[in-house]
Amino acid sequence: MAAALDAAFPEAITGGHAEHNEPTLWIAPARIVEVCRFLKDQRRFVRLSAITAVDWLPAEPRFEVVYLLHSLENNQRLRLKCWLSESECEIDSLTGIWRTADWYEREVFDLFGIRFRNHPDLTRILMPSDWEGHPLRKDYPVHGHKYSYQDEQ
Amino acid sequence: MRESTLHTDSITATDATHEHVAEIAAPAGNKRMILNMGPQHPSTHGVLRIVLELDGETILKAVPDIGFLHTGIEKNCEVKTWQQVVTLTDRVDYLSNLSNNLVYALSVEKLIGDIEIPPKAQWMRVMLAEFQRLNSHLVWLGTHALDIGAMTMFFYCFREREDILRIFEMFSGQRMMTSYIRIGGLALEPPRGWQQAVGKFINGFPSKVDEYEELLNNNPIWKRRTQGVGFVPLEELLDLGVTGPMIRAAGVKWDVRKDEPYSSYDQFEFEIPVHTENDVFARYRVRMEELRQSARIIKQALEGMPEGAWQANAPKIVLPEREKMKTQMEALIYHFKIVTEGFRVPAGEVYQAVESPRGEIAYYVVSNGTSKPYRIFMRTPSFGNLQALPSLLEGRLLADSIASLGSMDFVLGDVDR
Repeated sequence: MAAALDAAFPEAITGGHAEHNEPTLWIAPARIVEVCRFLKDQRRFVRLSAITAVDWLPAEPRFEVVYLLHSLENNQRLRLKCWLSESECEIDSLTGIWRTADWYEREVFDLFGIRFRNHPDLTRILMPSDWEGHPLRKDYPVHGHKYSYQDEQ
Repeated sequence: MRESTLHTDSITATDATHEHVAEIAAPAGNKRMILNMGPQHPSTHGVLRIVLELDGETILKAVPDIGFLHTGIEKNCEVKTWQQVVTLTDRVDYLSNLSNNLVYALSVEKLIGDIEIPPKAQWMRVMLAEFQRLNSHLVWLGTHALDIGAMTMFFYCFREREDILRIFEMFSGQRMMTSYIRIGGLALEPPRGWQQAVGKFINGFPSKVDEYEELLNNNPIWKRRTQGVGFVPLEELLDLGVTGPMIRAAGVKWDVRKDEPYSSYDQFEFEIPVHTENDVFARYRVRMEELRQSARIIKQALEGMPEGAWQANAPKIVLPEREKMKTQMEALIYHFKIVTEGFRVPAGEVYQAVESPRGEIAYYVVSNGTSKPYRIFMRTPSFGNLQALPSLLEGRLLADSIASLGSMDFVLGDVDR
C-alpha cells in the first residue's frame, strides 16, 4: 500500500508504521486531498470512519490530524496523519471526497481550533457559537473556565 | 403538531440564540415557513433541535443543531486514570453502556499487549454485549412504534427490557451505568444463580419477538407508515458515514462482529440479517432479526460458558482479591499502587471498533506511557448516522419525518459526548 502510494505521489508520504497491526501513514499536509482521492477511487476506501486530532503541546509541530479510513470490500483499515504547526494550523477540507468529513471537520475545528480550507460551513458544532477557546487543546483547563450561556445578558 | 410555528422574520428577530441555524435555513427575504422542532420534542429522542423549512407539507431543508448534551467526556478522560475512565464510557451512549465499556477495555488491552483475557471473561462480555443489544433494540422498537401510534408495543418492549435491566443489576449492581466490563476482565465475579436468571429470560424471549412481529408485520397502518419511507441511496449513506442496521437494511453485509471479530465472537454461530429495500420498514425488519440472532448468541453463551477465571492474571492491572490483600503483603502493595497512582500503559495508539446496537463504535486511544490516557477519541455511531438526517428528510412530507427519525435510532448522548 505504502509502495503504491509512494509511486503515485512521490514525496507525499513522510513516514509510516504498522504497530498493533494498524497501518499508519504520515502524509504531507499539502497533499492530503489528492492522496485521499486516490485511496477512495483506486483503493476502494469507500468509508471515512472519522477525523480527529491530537494536541502534542509543547512539541512542534503541535497538532496531529488523524484520518481513519475503512475499505468495506477489502475489509481493511488505514490511518493517515498530518502534522500541523500551531502558527499554521490549517489544512484542506475533505468534504469534496467524503461528505461525512463535514461534521468531523467542524468538530476538530470546534475542539482544537484547526481550520479546514474550502469547508462549506466551518462553524462550531458541539460548543455554543460564542464560546472562547478550544476545549481539547492541552492548554485549555479542565476546571475553572467561566460558564457561558448563549446570549445571556 | 404542537411545535411553535414561527415566521421567518420573527425567528431571526426573537430567537437570536440560534441565529446561525436559522440563517442557513432561511436566507433573508425567504417567506417560507420555518418549523422549529426540539430541542425538547418527544420524537427526537433526546435534546436534538432540527430547524425545518417547509413549503406546505413538504420539507425543503432540514438543519440539525446538536451539542445540547455535550459534557466534554473526551476532555474528562484525560485527567482520569485508565481504569477510572470506564465509568465515563458508560455515559457516552446511555442505551449501550456495556458496548462502550467493551470497546474501551478492548482498546486499552490492545495497547497493553501482554495481557490475556480468560475465555470465561470473554464469553461473559459477549453475552452481556448481546443483552445490551436486546435492551437497546427494545427501547428503540417501543419508542419508534409509539411515535407512529402503536402504543401497545411500548408496554410490551419495556416489560422485557425490565427483565434485562434486572439481569444487569444482578451482575453489576446497576441497572444502566453498569461499568461491568473493566480493563483486565470483569468488575465482579458473575453472581450465583445467573444461569437460571439468564436461562429463564432467554427461553421465553423468542416467543416475545414473535408476539411483536405478529402485532406489526401485517399491520396495515404500520406498513403504510413505514414502507417506502425514508429511502436514501446506499452510496449516499456510505458517503455520509452511516453504519449499523441502517446500512444493513440497504444491502451491505457488514458487521464488525463478523468482519473484525473481537472478544471471541468468532466462536459463536450467528447470521447477519440484511435487507435491500432501504426504507423504515426494512430497518425495522433488520433490527427484529437482530433480536433473534442476539438471543441465539446469548443461548450459546449460556450453554457453553467456559469455566475458570473471570479476570486476567495481571496483578499490576487487576485489583487483588480482598482476602489476599489481608494476608499477602505483595497484594496489598499492588492494591495501593493501582488505587492511588493507577497502572501505566505503554506509549502508542490503537483504533478498536465494536458493533454497537447503532453501528460502528470505535475508540482511538493514544497513550504517552503514563497512568492517564493522553487522548481518547470516541467514534460514536450516532454522530456518524445523524449526518444523514437532512438526506432522509429533505424533499419528503413532514408527517414522514417522525418515522424517518425513529428509524435512525440515535442517542443524543452518543452524538454529543
